[in-house]
Amino acid sequence: MSAVETIFEKGAPGRRAFVCPELDVPQVDGLLPDRFRRSEPARLPEISEPEIVRHYVNLSKKNFDLDSGFYPLGSCTMKHNPRLHERVAALPGHARLHPLQSPAHAQGALELMWNLERALSEIAGLPHVSLQPSAGSHGELAGVLLTKAFHSDRGDTRHKVLTPDTAHGTNPATVTMAGYTVVKVGTNPDGGVDLDDLRAKADQDVACLMLTNPNTLGVFDPNIAEIAEIVHGVGATLYYDGANLNAIMGLTRPGDMGFDIVHFNLHKSFTQPHGGGGPGSGPIAVSDRMVPYLMNPRIVREDGRFDLRDTSEKSIGRLRGFQGNYGCFVRSYAYIRSLGAEGLKDASETAVLNANYLLARLGPLAERLPLAFGKLCMHEFVLSGSPMKRELGIKTLDLAKRLLDHGFHPPTVYFPLLVDEALLIEPTETETKETLDAFADAIAAILEEAAGDPEVARTAPHTTPVRRLDEAGAAKRPVIRQSL
Amino acid sequence: MADASYPEDLLYHPEHDWARIDGETATLGITWFAQDALGEVVFFDPPEVGSTITAGEPYAEVESVKAVSDVIAPMSGEIVEVNGALADTPEKINEDPYGEGWMVKVKLSDPSERDNLTDAATYTSQLS
Amino acid sequence: MLDAIGVGSIEELFDRQIPAAVRLGRPLDLPAGMAEQDVYAHLRELAARNTSAEDEITFLGAGMYDHYVPAIIDMLLGRSEFLTPYTPYQPEVSQGSLQVMFEYQTAISELTALPVSNASVYEGPSAVASAGYLARLANGRSRFVASAGLHPHSLDTLRTYARGFGAEVVEVPLADGLTDPAAWAAAIGEDTCAAFVQQPNFLGAVEDVEALAAAAKEAAPDAVVVGAYDPIALGILKPPGECGVDVCVGEGQPLGNRLDFGGPSFGFFAATEAYLRRMPGRIAGETTDVDGRRGFVLTLQTREQHIRREKATSNICTAQALNALAGVVYLSWLGRHGLVELAELLLQRTHYAREALTALDGVEALHSQPVVREFALKLSAPAGKVVARCQEQGVNPGLALDDDVLLVAITEQRSRADIDRLTEVLGAAVAAEREAVHA
Repeated sequence: MSAVETIFEKGAPGRRAFVCPELDVPQVDGLLPDRFRRSEPARLPEISEPEIVRHYVNLSKKNFDLDSGFYPLGSCTMKHNPRLHERVAALPGHARLHPLQSPAHAQGALELMWNLERALSEIAGLPHVSLQPSAGSHGELAGVLLTKAFHSDRGDTRHKVLTPDTAHGTNPATVTMAGYTVVKVGTNPDGGVDLDDLRAKADQDVACLMLTNPNTLGVFDPNIAEIAEIVHGVGATLYYDGANLNAIMGLTRPGDMGFDIVHFNLHKSFTQPHGGGGPGSGPIAVSDRMVPYLMNPRIVREDGRFDLRDTSEKSIGRLRGFQGNYGCFVRSYAYIRSLGAEGLKDASETAVLNANYLLARLGPLAERLPLAFGKLCMHEFVLSGSPMKRELGIKTLDLAKRLLDHGFHPPTVYFPLLVDEALLIEPTETETKETLDAFADAIAAILEEAAGDPEVARTAPHTTPVRRLDEAGAAKRPVIRQSL
Repeated sequence: MADASYPEDLLYHPEHDWARIDGETATLGITWFAQDALGEVVFFDPPEVGSTITAGEPYAEVESVKAVSDVIAPMSGEIVEVNGALADTPEKINEDPYGEGWMVKVKLSDPSERDNLTDAATYTSQLS
Repeated sequence: MLDAIGVGSIEELFDRQIPAAVRLGRPLDLPAGMAEQDVYAHLRELAARNTSAEDEITFLGAGMYDHYVPAIIDMLLGRSEFLTPYTPYQPEVSQGSLQVMFEYQTAISELTALPVSNASVYEGPSAVASAGYLARLANGRSRFVASAGLHPHSLDTLRTYARGFGAEVVEVPLADGLTDPAAWAAAIGEDTCAAFVQQPNFLGAVEDVEALAAAAKEAAPDAVVVGAYDPIALGILKPPGECGVDVCVGEGQPLGNRLDFGGPSFGFFAATEAYLRRMPGRIAGETTDVDGRRGFVLTLQTREQHIRREKATSNICTAQALNALAGVVYLSWLGRHGLVELAELLLQRTHYAREALTALDGVEALHSQPVVREFALKLSAPAGKVVARCQEQGVNPGLALDDDVLLVAITEQRSRADIDRLTEVLGAAVAAEREAVHA
């Protein structure tokens, strides 16, 4: 086993990869006063191209990835990333286009964005779209700031935003960033929003309710119409966190459920590759009453030509530079054109079928790993590892680590917070029945093994590039850069 | 980690904090139950010496790798000393929650607040 | 499969879970799906209607620059193991991604001479706004003082975020291309939350950041000094950590990332030790496993949204990991001396370009401050029309600002010959426009 070395510990003085173009203009001294100059170069590596390639290629081999195996992370929608998307995104007409190119010379890009907006609008059931936000939580921020502008425009100052206790952490974090206070709404025994609690907490000081439907328990809230009525009844907006959109494309639409604002995660349902933690893209779609506040600039179409323009004085302004993550738009647009109307619906139907099938296959283990809510699920489901912990002495964490030895990426663990020892499983539609069977068998095998010898799982993983890491040490005495 | 223990000479607050009263001052910390629920403590963010704390209100935060918890004051007063050793060895809170894991010392503003606290037996009976 | 589940049809799965009233009941009104080759043809047709840096000699800059992206970056970013995994929540099978983050953090720390860096944020302007949020949580104040030399998108984004958490933004004007030092000092006081300056500024000028930072600290010791830096210029500019800057942010696109019509790229975010626990975004830390092997994990996660929720340092979940990988590979590819050579080359060619262009009739320098890779010209003709004329000749001279200002950017891909061609074309375009006005 070779020692782990960073790129800074490789190379040698004098080595280089880059060959600087020759100085083809007369050299002039004194262009930059000394007091503005660096006295020492940044201590970057001195290394050749073959070494760089070998270093990063070998590093890559320490990663488990979606192309290599099953990755059932709940609410992450780890579906297959078609390679066509990389090919089209790399076309120079897309990849080497400067964001400030005049619209007359970027008609292809603007038309692509326009078409993507229309497609997302149709999928969401809301008329107006902005592709600007960089990720889902950026879209959430847009949505809450839009809400703020909406109320402010009516001379109405509100202070609270409601989120269910099953909400993803980005929801409350966003609420605070937007200057509101979070109020939690409870969940009923069926896994939906507690309507009585909602009625009690929904008042004229509430600006918005942020919901995911289906929620992080994999439950579609059957009371959604009533929830919309309660929220709208006090003059608040209804925000849809699109993280779980993969369950409903072509089957139902947030706009039809009564939502005012929806965000999409292009890196979830629309197959932008996750990249180990980004990039993503978080476009939003909004109703007519929210459109005056939408971010500038907008794409406009006149006589078949496209332009980028600030269209509303009441816009909340920009949330970032330029137009958003266009590279992600290209990929997601290619996906939507590949699948078409039928294909998108098919994707959601298969996602829900696969999740219910996997749930059924895990049914025999329900005494140790019971389903937390309901009987059927949408595209994901939550199991509780509590009985397993009590009876077999292994926690959800141990089960997850032992799954690594079986060649699977574990599901999401310890989220949502509402469920003790939670295991949130989302297979997605691009997995075969054989894979789902193998995964269910692996879990059964781990439980059986634990019944005989829990230590194996407690000290897992055993076959990965590193074993369990000291996270407490890393937090206590953080070392976050190489010392040189 | 130490075994579960709840010393008899301490007073307890239902939010899992203890107080050791010594005349006009009290030493405060979190109970064995609290440190067990948190897991290995990696960071303790103490209040400033001289600041005021109020019974029932949070006065500091304690962090493990995966969680953050408010530390609730069992009694009110002015902070006269904080346990500086916890900056380097926060795990003392796990290993010795009532001894070397002490968090702050306060000059009590209202010693009668002790009547709102419970003894070890009552506190442990409320844990389930 | 349906039998195993215990339902008669897929339809039943939805009938039993989604109320009929909200069912769509019709196909989505979208075109039918297409075969791969047809999708490719369609995307290629759209690409053909864009004029990219491949189709014209471009001097467009203003935040994103047409630097050469080495081929190894395409190859590495295309590898399944970097392209397709999720955020590293299971570190034992994510050492590749986590070590890349650690190396990236080291590279940014070196570049900025600040000890603490995160693993990336979205991009430049929102990084500036994020720094504002950090300052707000740190000192609780409500007034941001920002140089007008900040990129307009950064100013706009800062204002949008600030309106959310209740802060106002006060702009300090430029004088002769630089942040007016007197106005800057006057604007900063005890109620200042943070003070922002860009280096080089939007008009390409090199600011005296050290003096501005000192003045800010004198007027408001607890205010956070934020510098938004161009990472390539940092090859030769004095780094923010040596200028009294507390938080350094910037647009990372010039480091190995494509133009991509504005994204995805990455934002870098570095700070002094004091702000470690207030940093937004992911941070990778070094540690060991149970067998004593060196390894890396996400650390200080209690700052983040998934644990701290409403008290988090930001709401960032997905960041820009793949783009940051490109960044650290690029910096390794340039290497210690390569980055300096590149910046020196830009310095010389930029000077050459400014001299050549300002020698033209009807073209003046907007300011004469030292510049590194970008400068502003004042034209005696409408800048938008001049740009259009130049583009007809296959040259994009830069960004038209206001009525008569042109912002010109130089990269290593713009040779002397390209600059000479620009001079020729711009000269002719300005002359033609002036004539058109008088005609």
